Amino acid sequence: MESLMNYFSYPFVRYAFAVGILVAFCASLLGVVLVLKRFSFLGDGLSHFAFGIIALAAVFNLSNNLLLVLPCTVVCAVILLVSGQKAKIKGDAAVAAVSMSALAIGYLLLNIFKTSSNVSGDVCSTLFGSHAILTLKMSDVIICAILCTVAVAVFVIFYNRIFSVTFDENFAGATGVNVKAGNLIIAVITAVIIVLAMNLAGSLLVSALIVFPALSAMRVCKSFKGVTVVSAVISVVGTALGLVLSILFSTPVGATVAAVYILIFVFFLLAGALVKS
Amino acid sequence: MPLIKCENLCLGYDGRTVAKDLSFEIERGDYVCILGDNGTGKSTLVKVLTGLAKPLSGMIHTDFPLSEAGYLPQQTDFQKDFPATVWEIVLSGCLGRKGFFGFYNSEDKKTARENMEKLGISELSSRSYKDLSGGQKQRVLLARALCAAREVIILDEPASGLDGKSSEEMYEIIDSLNKDEKMTVIMVSHDEEKSLKYADKVLHLGKTQFFGTHEQYEIFMKEEKQRS
Repeated sequence: MESLMNYFSYPFVRYAFAVGILVAFCASLLGVVLVLKRFSFLGDGLSHFAFGIIALAAVFNLSNNLLLVLPCTVVCAVILLVSGQKAKIKGDAAVAAVSMSALAIGYLLLNIFKTSSNVSGDVCSTLFGSHAILTLKMSDVIICAILCTVAVAVFVIFYNRIFSVTFDENFAGATGVNVKAGNLIIAVITAVIIVLAMNLAGSLLVSALIVFPALSAMRVCKSFKGVTVVSAVISVVGTALGLVLSILFSTPVGATVAAVYILIFVFFLLAGALVKS
Repeated sequence: MPLIKCENLCLGYDGRTVAKDLSFEIERGDYVCILGDNGTGKSTLVKVLTGLAKPLSGMIHTDFPLSEAGYLPQQTDFQKDFPATVWEIVLSGCLGRKGFFGFYNSEDKKTARENMEKLGISELSSRSYKDLSGGQKQRVLLARALCAAREVIILDEPASGLDGKSSEEMYEIIDSLNKDEKMTVIMVSHDEEKSLKYADKVLHLGKTQFFGTHEQYEIFMKEEKQRS
């Protein structure tokens, strides 16, 4: 306990907690919509796409890669989600194609244009987010706080519309809800949160932040509101716990948080089964 | 002024035409059923009438805002395990009348309560949609449609997937909405026998199109049989 207090005297540890919890909170809200709309893999695809762009940024020696990664990922998300129904290659196949292309080309670029002596170390930390969350600056925290606040505000303001569109696009459209605009907003927020959340869990594990809270909450909750609130609570508790454990036992942050999420999911799975029987 | 007037509608999707030269008028209080084989454009017509799709050509005039048609779409697969309470779903029918923010007020809640009562699902209010039977689910979606509807309800296969008793109940409910609540009903159905029992007008899509009263339709069908 004392050593933990000691750690909190370092600003970078406090930054990590602030950003980690904020981002996980947003990811869990979004996760409810993505899981129910059967778009869980969108997060996965986007994070792999973002990996490709980060590799590109490294090749060009860009110091602040957020400025490149964020817009590119947003564009990718919009294309995948909005053109989803009309495109020749549909849904999950399109996401798989995009994410694999980005991973492969990104890794190739990094190896061809070696920018550091330890390419595999860099790649590993981008994929699993080993220490990115502990190297944040105050400016990163502010950017993250602003983007997360906007995301949560949009979710709260349009909560009823988001519910209607998620449950039944056709009915929502017939009552005059602009379904296309709704999907567009969801795509943009997904991209932003994914890029931010990669700091916490890396590009391979970021989907865990999106799917597990919603899946856990769905085991026990009867209402949409219940699922939303419970997944938000799970994300905050799970991330805080994961960060504390990873600091105390010096384990990789992303994997630890994901492992805590998995444990929570198993707990809810059993609880759900017990409630039913 | 008819409630809905369609002139020379041409319907289709993905560059394919499924129905041509469709003209008909629906008056207030009508109970119209739309019949026809698969692929004759029944669902596309419903999409056009609810404003979800645009006709390829032709004119459609409605004497009410399109967003005020109560729509009962076909259930989708993933709705079956959707975590939402009956109350949340019925209330979402009021969303069409809301402004930018879409927050519900006490009047919306009253509308939702009344419609749930009308369909006998008040006790289900806090139950989860995924735990309901097929017939109960369909009533929930109909209650939601009624929250949006001022004078028209548009139903796409309201009894599909229901067992005999629930489907009979569904048709009874729809009939009473038409007779007692003076709702105009437009219904797509596969079940020709059942829908003809209640509907007073028929729109038949297919190679030969027909629009007219129930009695005229029976004459039309006889002629069709003799021709083939």
